[in-house]
Amino acid sequence: MKIHEYQAKELFRSYGVAVPEGQVAETKEKAVEIADRLGYPCVVKAQVHAGGRGKAGGIRLVANREEALRAAGEIIGMRLISRQTGSEGRLVRRVLVEQGLHIVRELYLAVIIDRERECPVIIASAQGGMEIEELAQEHPEKIIKQHVHPVIGLTSAHIRNVAFKLDLNDVQRNHFSTLLAALFKFFMERDASLAEINPLIVTADDRVLALDGKVTFDENALPRHPDIGRLRDILEEEPLEVQASRFGLNYIKLDGNIGCMVNGAGLAMATMDMIKYHGGEPANFLDVGGGTSVERVKEAFRILLADEKVQSVLVNIFGGIVRTDLVANGVVNAIQGMELKVPLIVRLVGTNEEEGKRILQESGIPLITETDLSVAVKQAVDLAGKGGLSCRS
Amino acid sequence: MSILINKDSRVVVQGFTGREGTFHAQQMIEYGTRVVAGVTPGKGGQIHLDRQVFNTVEEAVQKEGADVSVIFVPAAHAADAIVEAALAGIKLIVCISEGIPILDMMRVKNYLRTTDSRLIGPNCPGVITPGEAKVGIMPSRIHRPGVVGVVSRSGTLTYMAVQQVSDLGLGESTCVGIGGDPIIGTGFIEILDLFQADPRTEAVVMIGEIGGTQEEEAARFIKERMNKPVVSFIAGQTAPAGKRMGHAGAIISGGKGTAAEKMDALREHGVRVVENPTDIGVCVREALTK
Repeated sequence: MKIHEYQAKELFRSYGVAVPEGQVAETKEKAVEIADRLGYPCVVKAQVHAGGRGKAGGIRLVANREEALRAAGEIIGMRLISRQTGSEGRLVRRVLVEQGLHIVRELYLAVIIDRERECPVIIASAQGGMEIEELAQEHPEKIIKQHVHPVIGLTSAHIRNVAFKLDLNDVQRNHFSTLLAALFKFFMERDASLAEINPLIVTADDRVLALDGKVTFDENALPRHPDIGRLRDILEEEPLEVQASRFGLNYIKLDGNIGCMVNGAGLAMATMDMIKYHGGEPANFLDVGGGTSVERVKEAFRILLADEKVQSVLVNIFGGIVRTDLVANGVVNAIQGMELKVPLIVRLVGTNEEEGKRILQESGIPLITETDLSVAVKQAVDLAGKGGLSCRS
Repeated sequence: MSILINKDSRVVVQGFTGREGTFHAQQMIEYGTRVVAGVTPGKGGQIHLDRQVFNTVEEAVQKEGADVSVIFVPAAHAADAIVEAALAGIKLIVCISEGIPILDMMRVKNYLRTTDSRLIGPNCPGVITPGEAKVGIMPSRIHRPGVVGVVSRSGTLTYMAVQQVSDLGLGESTCVGIGGDPIIGTGFIEILDLFQADPRTEAVVMIGEIGGTQEEEAARFIKERMNKPVVSFIAGQTAPAGKRMGHAGAIISGGKGTAAEKMDALREHGVRVVENPTDIGVCVREALTK
């Protein structure tokens, strides 16, 4: 789960990670009030769950009250378009107003989980500000990595190993060490999966602060951090994905035109791959999960068909423990009372397969049942865009 | 022969009296698995599915000689259940539960390194040696005893591969679902090593997916240490970067963990890689007749 920069910084502050003074505002009037209190110059920053805000005009340095009013007025309500948002962009609903600082250096600092080593790793660089992936590719020697064994936890030795490589003076290094210890504590206590500060700045008066904050949390751990769960901003998420998650469905919207509904994440990915293999483009990833109920199948259909790009639908269910006749009932139930404008191909294999097929065929719903997965996928690809089946039968 | 489990495995079910635990324990018993006891803390002394319920795994080990455990407890308690099984000296722990926080798994995994216990999962369908024992949730109907070892990160996709292998009359020696989480107890390499050493296994199917570098490491292992043919499919060739495809481990991040990278690595190391998952069975048959 992602959160906003201002939320990340509030959490940082509560753990003792130094951040610039600032406050979030939803109106330009409030933004100016905050700016007046902080004193000028200030920075006005768009709050959306996407990077590349600076280049997209979402971050502005303001020298006085008029500039602050203009900047906040222009940013709040704008559609911020960066390479991470897609062409439709993101509506900016609030800005973070922060004091301007005299920056002398920009560093990089993050804590993430290293899957291969199965422990947290601190990543730092004396060169912050730019894309860390690019830096890692072009100058891997400039990336400092310090793994931390989960049993011993973070020690002063780990911190020294990082801090002495960053070319800091004594005062700066002390500030950095305090900040890193606090960031690591935050990461472990709140089940973060990423805590990234880019840039981490050094000021003219030798302070070290988080100028930005990007934090994501382990969804599996949210039940034990209800306060973190409340930071979720569903307006930043794909509406169909939010709707799906309410019904325990795992849905991810993609750009193709063939909607698919599958049980199991691996099989769902494999089905998408087969669509591509046969020359089509999947419109989504949709895993209806193991305990497939009529309600879930119904909701899955509603979500699939709500995507206007969908021109054919492929249902691929491997009934292991799940009974395929129950899935068939779900499909029939979902489609009755719904106008189906696109071809529907259903592949049901497994427990009670014959009964499942009989239910589908006797329902009177115009659909194609097919046992061979390759054939089913080919049909979904070939029939995409050819309209509902009712007009052909 | 087989790997990990056989007809003599003595299985204890953790989370025995819950809905999931009851349903799947029943299925395992029907398959012929020697389920010797169940554990639900606080329900010790009861009889469930004709088996004794104990408060602790330790008791199940002492009184019934359990040596394999299968875990069906909710995510919030699953990490603790794994530790409990290891404390009791269980040799093989199969964790079906999904949704365990990654930091919990990290600590558990580091603890397990100090014990003799092997963990399969979490978030996996379990292990089956067809005709002998099933410790998990896979549909037994599709399996038949045979010569192909199957190891996979996913569930239903594995069933599809197994069905093909069974339909062709090859059958499976043992099938192992290692789980779809970023941190799992046992990886591809350890299972491949067991299959290589198992006299019954003649070929291996390895089903991977996007995320992490497990498949790349397995590719090197196969080249250096295996002489049995390996057929592989990698799910997620069309998955976009930065989106988690259902499994917590299935995410392409920082440009790493793509299907293309994994398929290339496997091909380079002599693995037969199929692009279409419906070709898995046929490819195994070809590999075995060469």
